[in-house]
Amino acid sequence: MTRTFRLVPTIALAVALLGGTANAQTIKIGVNEPLTGAFAASGTYVVNGAKIAADEINAKGGILGKKLELVIEDNKSNPTEAAAVAEKLITSDKVPVLMGAWGSSLTLAVMPKLMEYETPMVVETSSSGKITTTGNPYIFRISPPSAIEAAAFKGIVDKLELKKVDFLVINNDWGRGTAEDFSKMMKEKGITVGAIETMDQGAQDMSAQLSKLKGTDSETIIVTTAVDQLTLIFKQAAALGLKKRIITTGGSQNPDQIIAQAGAAANGTMHLTTFLPWFPEKTPNPEATSYFIAEWKKRGYDFAGCTESFRGYDGIRTAAAAIEKAGKAEPAAIKAALWDIKVKGLNGDIVFRKSGPEGKESGQSQPNVYLIEITDGKIGMKTL
Amino acid sequence: MSEFLQHLINMLVLGGTYALLGIGLTLIFGIMNVVNFTHGILYTFGAYIMFIVVHQLGVNFFLALPLAVAAGWLLGAAIELTLLRPLRGSDIDTTMLVMIGAWIAMQSGALWIWGGVAKSVTTPFPEAPLVLGPVSVSWLRLFVLAAAAMLIVVTYLLINKTKLGCAMRATFQDQDTASLMGVNVDLIYTSTFAIGSSLAAAAGALLGPVYVIFPQMGDLAAVKAFAIVILGGLGNITGAVIGGFILALAEELGAGYVSSGYRDAMGFLIIIAVLIFKPTGLFARSERVG
Repeated sequence: MTRTFRLVPTIALAVALLGGTANAQTIKIGVNEPLTGAFAASGTYVVNGAKIAADEINAKGGILGKKLELVIEDNKSNPTEAAAVAEKLITSDKVPVLMGAWGSSLTLAVMPKLMEYETPMVVETSSSGKITTTGNPYIFRISPPSAIEAAAFKGIVDKLELKKVDFLVINNDWGRGTAEDFSKMMKEKGITVGAIETMDQGAQDMSAQLSKLKGTDSETIIVTTAVDQLTLIFKQAAALGLKKRIITTGGSQNPDQIIAQAGAAANGTMHLTTFLPWFPEKTPNPEATSYFIAEWKKRGYDFAGCTESFRGYDGIRTAAAAIEKAGKAEPAAIKAALWDIKVKGLNGDIVFRKSGPEGKESGQSQPNVYLIEITDGKIGMKTL
Repeated sequence: MSEFLQHLINMLVLGGTYALLGIGLTLIFGIMNVVNFTHGILYTFGAYIMFIVVHQLGVNFFLALPLAVAAGWLLGAAIELTLLRPLRGSDIDTTMLVMIGAWIAMQSGALWIWGGVAKSVTTPFPEAPLVLGPVSVSWLRLFVLAAAAMLIVVTYLLINKTKLGCAMRATFQDQDTASLMGVNVDLIYTSTFAIGSSLAAAAGALLGPVYVIFPQMGDLAAVKAFAIVILGGLGNITGAVIGGFILALAEELGAGYVSSGYRDAMGFLIIIAVLIFKPTGLFARSERVG
């Protein structure tokens, strides 16, 4: 009896060792995303987009003759977990490059780990300015920081006849950073900035904040948060009879999901977004966009997720291109190669430019920003 | 002024559901003396039952509510029979650890079954709100307030006016005497836990459609429920109801007039004050300590 029991761990060990050898045949990319918690919906979409990129690359023969393997970990929408996940991916899974970590506060928590282990990370979603200005040379961001969003929005504020705006933002680096960058731009344009209200990332009832904003003399509210909270805000604003114009930022709105869940309450709202899955012909790379959307639909995912998932797709293709260019799956070589790549992203060419203090610059690409409007449950494009 | 009125209306609606959460927990935590960490997951469970019954089984919204309450009752009874009954008489730390384990296991179970992406329940109520002069409120929230008020009254009557309620109070005051008087103590333990659990499920079933449903939704709800119970005094149903409204008022006015960033902190500031100045809760009867 005893002997049989001893056999079990031996076999387990053998399997683990053999498995280990099999793993060396693949090239790994670590994926650090929120799959549970406040940002679960968005993180899951990004991961699904990442899987499409990995499958596409593997179908074409992989990278450097090896299969690409995504090691996906859940950071639970929690900065502490995000840092722990990064450490686990780098030290235990030995990934040479990461993609993550969706939210600005999550990414900022991961950044010291990248310095410690000298491993680069492609940042696919986060928009806080701090990420690329604090001097972390392992950061390569493909999403627009809120200052780029604000600059793109600057062109249309006259047409929208903004006079006085209030803010309602998520109480973290993303929301507060957006309020800061947009306020600065508004003031330059002579627009008065009124109240700046915040909400906790897990808050479900924003009635108190919205009641306050209902009583101010501003005509527009800029709202920054992810889709689940946005849906609740539109419903609660409608229930309070709040009739001001609402413009959202951050590109994590999943407008189709808002239309489906908030119904008529979504009409008249405007959204700054970074991808146009509704109008593939108007995107910078129509062919790739059409392929991605067709693949997304084929896998039975919700179309609403496209505006989020394309970032996972672009992020993985960026990391893979850098590995290919580097010629080996080593962190230092990949970091150097990231500066030399040019990837045809779904939202424009991904080319990294230097950002932040000299000598330890982060990489930042310049994606496009679009403004869309929901009218009668349909999405229309506004020219910026 | 109209802004203040709107805050008061919001407070009434929010307070009703906080009260419902509070009385469920005060029964279990206050009367049974079990630090019930599964309260939040029962709230989550009630909300998911609504989602399943309305969207996957296609049952009417109003029929789904009692089903969710019944499901919460059954799950509560199951927890008491399998986890708490074998532990009766053991110290509070052991029970607490087991309940933390049950909470984590059930939350992971919810995540495994339904995934982390939030779900929403459609309701038969119109989207346009009820407008009363300068204030407006959604029909769904008015319904939730009415349903919560009804459940609170029913629970109050059950505990204070029925034979079962009398037996419950007797059991948790003095188990041996109650047993000698012919009270089936085992049955009372199970039913008290089941009633408290069904109230948590009811709160989840009512609030799930107002907000969105996800596996961790009960965490914040449970923290607030504990806060309300401490505020109102352990085992005090009237105290829990008033405590619910006080917490809602503090959050509304705190967010409206102080800073929305500290909305959730407001309630806890009040609790710290209560614990300093009136440690047995605002509405606890004076007890002999020595």
